[in-house]
Amino acid sequence: MVRIEFLGPIGKEPLDLNISNLSELSEILKKDDSLSIWLKNSACAINDVLTNDKNAPLNDGDKVTMLPPVCGG
Amino acid sequence: MKMMTNIDYLELYDGHLPVETITNRWYDDFRLSNYGAIITFVGVVRDENNIDGLSFDIYEPILNSWFKSWQSKAKEKGAIVLMAHSRGDVLNHQSSYIAGVCSPKRRVALELIDEFVEDFKANAPIWKYDIINGKREYALDRSTQISGAGLLS
Repeated sequence: MVRIEFLGPIGKEPLDLNISNLSELSEILKKDDSLSIWLKNSACAINDVLTNDKNAPLNDGDKVTMLPPVCGG
Repeated sequence: MKMMTNIDYLELYDGHLPVETITNRWYDDFRLSNYGAIITFVGVVRDENNIDGLSFDIYEPILNSWFKSWQSKAKEKGAIVLMAHSRGDVLNHQSSYIAGVCSPKRRVALELIDEFVEDFKANAPIWKYDIINGKREYALDRSTQISGAGLLS
């Protein structure tokens, strides 16, 4: 299982999914209309490291985090 | 209440920052370390757009690694960076953010504080909400997408 966490204002409970890469995750999340804006503007981290690679492999126990636009200060 | 993280010099607080306490402590801690330049930037919540204040969410694991990379960058120049930030609600005219740089020479400190604060705004995993009539409203129009955003779209 891979745990998916949605940070900040996304306000969605975590998901546990059987997926092997981010492309598969993308296909699943696209079916959720409430996430459509967040998929476009959020960055993605695997095990708390930001990634740009949609084909990066995911293993059992990994954590994927979605980070929407930020504004500290 | 202050909570030191496992990353030296990064401090997170619930609610507004006790600015004098933090900046005085930084000064006392570092003036004896032979730094010739100690610069602090204090962010204060402004009364605008009918807000009562701001509220913040923080994702600490990535904030810690972001801060650690800045500490390494500062170290290459013989400097250190400092930061304090609020979690939760901070009312108008209170402080939610302090950044600091200590370096042997002023030029490094002046340049580093500028880069450090700008990169913080663009990349630190912190989310800001306006507090209006007691409710939190995400400040999307003032927020910046992190590099690589849209990967899953």
